[in-house]
Amino acid sequence: MSSRYFGARIRRNEDEALLTGRATFVDDVQLPGTLHAAFVRSDLAHGLLRGVDAAAALERPGVMGVFTAADLGEYWQPGPLLVPPAPIEGLTFHARTQVPLAREKVRHVGEPIAVVVAESRYVAEDAVEDVIVDLEPLEAVADVRAALAEGAPVIHEDLGSNLAAHAVQTKGDYDAARATADLVLGRDFTYDRGVSAAMENRGVLAQWDERSAQLTVWDTTQAPIPIRNGLASMLGLSESQVRVVAPFIGGGFGPKIMMFYPDEVLLPWISMRLDRPVKWIEDRFENFFSTTQERGQLHEAEIALSSDGRILGVKDVFVHDTGAYDPYGLTLPINTQCTLLGPYDVPNYYSEFRVAFTNRPIVTPIRGAGRQQGVFIMERLLDLGARELGLDRAEIRRRNFLSPDAFPHDHEILFQDFAPLVYDSGDYEPALDKAIELIGYEPEGPVQSEPGGASPAEDGGEGTDGEDGEGSSRRKRLRGTGIVSYIEGTGIGPYEGARVRVEASGKVCLVTGVGTQGQGHFTSFAQIVADQLGVGVTDVRVVTGDTREFHWGTGTFASRGAVVAGNACHAAAVAVREKILRKASEILEVAEEDLMLTEGVVRVQGVPDLSIGLGELALRSNPLRGAVEPGTEPGLEATSYFGPRRGATASGVHAMVVSVDPETAMVEIERYVVVHDCGTVINPLIVEGQIHGGVAHGIGNAFYEELDCDSEGQLHNASFMDYLLPTATDVPPIRTAHIETPSPLNPLGIKGVGEAGAIPVAALFAQAVEDALKEWAPGLEVRDIPLSPNRLFALIEEARAGGGEEGA
Amino acid sequence: MKPASFEYHAPDSVEEALGLLTEHGWDAKALAGGQSLIPAMNFRLARPAVLVDLNLIDELAFIRRNENGGGDGGPGPGGVRIGAMTRQRAVEKSELVAELAPLLTEMMPHIAHPQIRNRGTFGGSAVHADPASEIPAALLALDASCRVRGVEGERWVRAEEFFLGLFGTSLEPDELLIEIALPGPRELTGCAFREISRRQGDYALAGLAIRLTLDVKGRIQEARLAYLGVGGAPALAASAAAVLIGEKPTATVVEDAARTAAGELEPMEDMHASAAYRSRLVEILTREALATAAERASGSG
Ligand SMILES: Cc1cc2nc3c(=O)[nH]c(=O)nc-3n(C[C@H](O)[C@H](O)[C@H](O)COP(=O)(O)OP(=O)(O)OC[C@H]3O[C@@H](n4cnc5c(N)ncnc54)[C@H](O)[C@@H]3O)c2cc1C
Repeated sequence: MSSRYFGARIRRNEDEALLTGRATFVDDVQLPGTLHAAFVRSDLAHGLLRGVDAAAALERPGVMGVFTAADLGEYWQPGPLLVPPAPIEGLTFHARTQVPLAREKVRHVGEPIAVVVAESRYVAEDAVEDVIVDLEPLEAVADVRAALAEGAPVIHEDLGSNLAAHAVQTKGDYDAARATADLVLGRDFTYDRGVSAAMENRGVLAQWDERSAQLTVWDTTQAPIPIRNGLASMLGLSESQVRVVAPFIGGGFGPKIMMFYPDEVLLPWISMRLDRPVKWIEDRFENFFSTTQERGQLHEAEIALSSDGRILGVKDVFVHDTGAYDPYGLTLPINTQCTLLGPYDVPNYYSEFRVAFTNRPIVTPIRGAGRQQGVFIMERLLDLGARELGLDRAEIRRRNFLSPDAFPHDHEILFQDFAPLVYDSGDYEPALDKAIELIGYEPEGPVQSEPGGASPAEDGGEGTDGEDGEGSSRRKRLRGTGIVSYIEGTGIGPYEGARVRVEASGKVCLVTGVGTQGQGHFTSFAQIVADQLGVGVTDVRVVTGDTREFHWGTGTFASRGAVVAGNACHAAAVAVREKILRKASEILEVAEEDLMLTEGVVRVQGVPDLSIGLGELALRSNPLRGAVEPGTEPGLEATSYFGPRRGATASGVHAMVVSVDPETAMVEIERYVVVHDCGTVINPLIVEGQIHGGVAHGIGNAFYEELDCDSEGQLHNASFMDYLLPTATDVPPIRTAHIETPSPLNPLGIKGVGEAGAIPVAALFAQAVEDALKEWAPGLEVRDIPLSPNRLFALIEEARAGGGEEGA
Repeated sequence: MKPASFEYHAPDSVEEALGLLTEHGWDAKALAGGQSLIPAMNFRLARPAVLVDLNLIDELAFIRRNENGGGDGGPGPGGVRIGAMTRQRAVEKSELVAELAPLLTEMMPHIAHPQIRNRGTFGGSAVHADPASEIPAALLALDASCRVRGVEGERWVRAEEFFLGLFGTSLEPDELLIEIALPGPRELTGCAFREISRRQGDYALAGLAIRLTLDVKGRIQEARLAYLGVGGAPALAASAAAVLIGEKPTATVVEDAARTAAGELEPMEDMHASAAYRSRLVEILTREALATAAERASGSG
């Protein structure tokens, strides 16, 4: 096999259409006669629904229907439990999944109560205002700690409390380890929630065609096949009557998974009733309520260390906020629990979590999916531990890394995919060394200016502190460096499939069931196939996200597209290659071993004139006369599936240099380095793109994004005016380096990378900022994310007030 | 996020526009660049029944030297006049503005992003009177005058009387802002602008525009310190100014004034900044801006 494309830095096949505005997104699909939906949403976080009066709305010209829970009849069903909980011993889990329209009560602001369908979205929104909702307010609980307190208002009454789940996973004996420790360090940490903020919001267009008895749904979903299966069963249709198309999607990040959101479930039903296409495009305001969110957790964590910085054990007890419902099971807290262990040898571990219902929008995975929190806790514990022990921050990590011969490494607890948490492969020290080299980290840390002093004379050249600005308006600038490690469980099962077909044109069609939201699948999958079939990467037309094209599969999540679907593409391409060579050998009357497949032509080695093109072969494989022999199939086509035994463990080290203005508490990132290992790299350009996007995402989570939600569950900043996302000027250039430890769990050796960039950024921010301020504000500890300048200002004030003379 | 329905008019003269505003009164709203009004309408926070689009009225878009002065009852001669419908981007790029009101040239890039400044107007920002906006603060610092017209006639209003608190101005619903006159550079006078925002283009957490005039002995004769993003209205800091008057702008005096400003303004608290944090920013920014303005006034900066 020649490897011309695999591993090559090539441009993306899909970019021309995307960049020139010719790619089709859901809202680009315009069908004649389309009606538009708008939702009547709860403006209370908790309340009893006494009645809905839609009479006035129905009278408004242009309104075609208003539907409430009562109108849905039998169709009203709570959504599916998407991921049942892993079989952890002693587990408590209560599934309460979201409903299509609120019936007896509302449980978060924005929960849909009724849907209005009209000739235009304008009229639909006017009619939403006509609907009179009788809501009796109930006391709400928005804070996850308050939700579990005695006497808290109960969100799902039948449960008697807001406890959604409780689980303990342990390894070794933490208490015994603690007793032998030289240092036991305990802290509380919080990691707040945010939105996924995909550039394209969600959208659904449903079209029921009465004549063909076919339902077509265009949906911004990451998992079209599960949505097709679910809709068919809910609507009593055959799967062959339902086609779900996930066209180009402007970012998925998790919340667009097979959620069976109210809109996804309702629009097809309405289209069937009204026999008209119905469209709903989520607007940015709605997105803050109607799309799932993530990350709210409170941790009480403790690390037991020996005097030389070895981890003897870790204990972590946390509360996870699942919002008003918990359709995604325990994926998030389990990911947190597992990812906390990081690349380290942790002999003793006690991890306990409670999941609480709150009167806030539903929580499901967002890029990183619980891993951020775990990494934050562990990295913070190591930083603070190192500080106490007088050890260098990089050194404490190095001392605790699993050694390269420790793989496969069994952590003796269960991962989210129900399989034991076993790392397949890895080599962590070289990544740390590389990051140290690239960022220019010096173990003793960068030189500091005099705390509170008036005049560091330097102008803040590379690597030193300094001041900014002209004349007497100079600002102080303190530099700090951060360096953190993490691992990421990626590429979990169950399986994906792919079909590869050589067409009579000589071009190749590759079809897979996963959806694509910007990951570059049109290129990486094509690269895999092009190499097998000896064709150009642009000769492989990739079709994804259309259930009419491929019947089986799951979806794009958990950094699994390249790992699982990529290997299925590979297997199908290998099978087609075999067919090509067999057929060519028959026709050319030459042994298969003597054939070469390059540039779309099968050639005979050493006989330049003897060859046959792939197009010709494809034609000859589909004879118009004669019969297809038993045991053979027409066409140069194959379908293959791939399912890994368990997930592949990617890893990495992020490092950065920040400069902090200690007076204004403004932080600027000066340099950013990522050294990562996602196994074999298919296309470095795409991998780096994923990392850059992930880091930007992480920077947002760590320093900009924040939901301003009050104790009543009311959100006060549901727009990008006050929900800040990092922009181009806030994301620094990122230097990347690749370390490759191929995964033994799949033939291509791939590990996932989609989430990697986002995972360790908060931990990194915290460390770098503390480093910058270590003399200005001694003892300052960052324990809460997001860290805004506002919070940092308060921390600085606190540290300088309490830190005594050193800081004054 | 679709606006409630409204009636739309696009007159091409000020008279016609005023006629429509008079006819519809409180139900009508003028539409300038739409960068504040349209989002408010999409959130249905503003629901004007009638929209009077000013974008076809060419006579409202200009930047010119204030030569005649007095002729129309306005200030001058001297300085520059900017029509209400002049795009913010045009003000930013204008050489005449750079010559006659350099504070604006320094300040304009802090407003939003180029795309928004291409649409947003100078007058629209003044009338919107967002306490976090840059233009109202600059108009206060520079002691600008606003020319306001209704069907009955017109009047000139000094910036201090024009801004009346949170999103409030002395404009009547049937009046239009026509233009703004800014006095030209003066001897021994220096201006400065400073703000801090989370991201490039965001509304400031705090900021200020200053005009400082010295006497021949180098003592501060007049100090106009106008803040944005701090209180509920574009505001001048009187106590800080009082600390400065008659003093030389030494580091001690500057520090003192900065602390006074931080004390006298009552910063609001929101998710982006506590009151204490805003006060500190006011102090830092005031210190910096005063130092710069003083350097410029004495010709050394
Ligand atoms: C993303 C974004 C970021 C922004 N950031 C900033 C920022 O950092 N700083 C800042 O200052 N602004 C910012 N803005 C607001 C922007 O500067 C607006 O353009 C400005 O505030 C209003 O000007 P406009 O021409 O768009 O007015 P419009 O939105 O059209 O009108 C605003 C109001 O003024 C009235 N009005 C307008 N012109 C007249 C007139 N001649 N006579 C009488 N009434 C009139 C309208 O009726 C309306 O009530 C931002 C806007 C956006 C969308």
